[in-house]
Amino acid sequence: MEKTVKFFKKPITATLIAIFCGFLVATVILAVSGYNPFEAFGALLGGIFGRPKYVSNVIIKSTPIILTGVSVAFAYKMGLFNIGAEGQFIVGAVAANVVGIVCDFPAVIEVPLVLLAGVAAGALYGGIAGWLKAKYNINEVIVGIMLNWMALYFSNFVCNVERFHKPESDGAYAIHESGFISFFTNWKTTEAAAEFVQAHPFIGDILRTDANAGILIAIALTFAVSFLLYKTTKGYELRAVGSNRDAAEFAGIDVGKNMVQTMLIAGALSGIAAAIAIAGNNPHGITQLSAFESNGLNGLSVAFIAGGSPIGCIFAGLLFGALLYGGQSIQYVVGAPSEIISILIGTIVFLIALKDMVPVLIDKMGKRGVK
Amino acid sequence: MKKWKKVMPAVLMAGMLAGCGVAEKDDSVYRVSMVAGTGGVNDQSFNQVSWEGLQSFGAHTGADVRVLESKQASDYLTNIDRATDTYSDLVWALGYSQADAMLTIAKMNPDINFAIVDYAFDESPQNCTGVVFRAQESSFLVGYIAGLTTKTDKVGYVGPMKSFLNDQFQYGYMGGVAYAGHVLGRQIEVQSQFTESYTDAAKAKAISNKMYSNGCDIIFHSAGGAGYGVIESAKENGKLVIGVDTDQSYLAPDNVLTSGMKNTNIAVELVSTMAMEGEKIGGNTYSYGLKEGCVGIPEENKIMDPAVYEQAMALQQMIIDEELTPPVSEETYQSFVEGLGK
Repeated sequence: MEKTVKFFKKPITATLIAIFCGFLVATVILAVSGYNPFEAFGALLGGIFGRPKYVSNVIIKSTPIILTGVSVAFAYKMGLFNIGAEGQFIVGAVAANVVGIVCDFPAVIEVPLVLLAGVAAGALYGGIAGWLKAKYNINEVIVGIMLNWMALYFSNFVCNVERFHKPESDGAYAIHESGFISFFTNWKTTEAAAEFVQAHPFIGDILRTDANAGILIAIALTFAVSFLLYKTTKGYELRAVGSNRDAAEFAGIDVGKNMVQTMLIAGALSGIAAAIAIAGNNPHGITQLSAFESNGLNGLSVAFIAGGSPIGCIFAGLLFGALLYGGQSIQYVVGAPSEIISILIGTIVFLIALKDMVPVLIDKMGKRGVK
Repeated sequence: MKKWKKVMPAVLMAGMLAGCGVAEKDDSVYRVSMVAGTGGVNDQSFNQVSWEGLQSFGAHTGADVRVLESKQASDYLTNIDRATDTYSDLVWALGYSQADAMLTIAKMNPDINFAIVDYAFDESPQNCTGVVFRAQESSFLVGYIAGLTTKTDKVGYVGPMKSFLNDQFQYGYMGGVAYAGHVLGRQIEVQSQFTESYTDAAKAKAISNKMYSNGCDIIFHSAGGAGYGVIESAKENGKLVIGVDTDQSYLAPDNVLTSGMKNTNIAVELVSTMAMEGEKIGGNTYSYGLKEGCVGIPEENKIMDPAVYEQAMALQQMIIDEELTPPVSEETYQSFVEGLGK
């Protein structure tokens, strides 16, 4: 019994239970609306693992939300709720796109330039929210939401500036090819590549996607953030402010400065997520937005599923990306509405919010068992 | 943890099998896939109407029809690629913003037919088909109706933004108004303004309010979702409005004079049927208008004067018989107006 209690008290267990229950709810909804749930989940699995390129697409889809997830998780450790990740992502994408169009250098310079543009714009945007919070104690959630909308309209404005607007489309020009971080961009279209793909169907299949170096950058950054949080004095200060602001201040930690720095870093992470999406994925440019693409907002869910752990965001991000990409197969193969996946994700996040109940319940049950 | 190591390969295997189980190649079934734009298949407009067309094609012919929704512009490429995995015979892409992605995938799959709505190729690859609409014809028609109906001799036009596609609506409409003025022997003014957005209904409403207070009594819009603001403004001001894309009279039955409809469903069904019957559609760009029933006005127009409707139908016949060519751009509009003066 004690062993089971211990098992159920682990945070990972509660998360897995929440995911499982999410699928249960989706099963019921599918069954009620007249679709075979097993067929649907078969389609989901097939859409994730069915071909090498699907796995590749899942990873591509996950890359930005892993990073925005880490951005949210990082700010959360400091007690800040970075709902502005969406806006930071959008301005990051705009900056990366604009720099990628205006500058035309060899790849060694162009790629870092595009990525840094995204980082700078995102950091600046996150910094605004942090500074307002530190200086005037204005709620970062309100500021974040407002900044998100400003970013959306700013992005649409830039999209329609004549210098950047691609004619006969609703987007901006793509960045110069030297800025791409996709693997073998130029080689892919050659005849040698066609022969290679014939000979190696497995790798060839992956090469058909926008497979890019972004995931490596994302994982490296995640570990860097984790190191910063848990192995450095700075990280200790941040976490101290997060757990008790007054106590931290009393201990001589400059709360305001730490807040601004946290939001700068969180913004930078969302910004680079956007820059990676621009440099790595088709169409390599921004498009006119009529609503949020939710790269930042999904980051909130990812950070939540990960329980606020940066490393956990890698797995949560992959899960999220898999559901988003594979979920389309439910609609495509079985014909069930794509909203099923949104319900599934929503349920998982909702149940994870309730997961603190699990240890309490287990405790109660454990006590009953002792009696 | 050890258990997981045992379970994972099994899960992976199940996935692979499930993946292979999907859509075995089977030549007896004709397969058509559609990749919807970012609005989703329930957008009450372009995507939904097109998907309904494909569904009706499936119901009539027994073909296997499927749809994939795009959430972001970066989904276009992966979705169109996904559609080629299930041995589709024909893949539809909705909206000109998918053109680049479609061309990329079409190059890799020379045996599959691809068709795109609202895009005309300069030089169409052998397996790509463009489908465009002569929206200037329906716009001309509603412009004519507006010109015959106006009492103030001032009408308005609210557009999204200047583009080659939108010029059809704007100049078609202005041509229709000018033609009505010519017929009636009066000078009718058209006030035009743009929202710079397909979604900003508040701005569209502000523009319309101003137009109505300037003396316009009818406004035509082609601003997509932003156009709801125009219809709302008409309702509040008790003035008339002309809808676009679908019959929008349900939004304001007492204010919507008529609608310039664009029936993408008919075009989708038409082209799919042609492809299924083995006709070579690749390499062509089809242009559909009043003649094919792909654009036009609804048959029921509650508040329109029946005499005006009859005149409009007569004009429609003239356009179908090619006795009259509605203008599509600023230049053709200028020459059209000059032609009327003679």
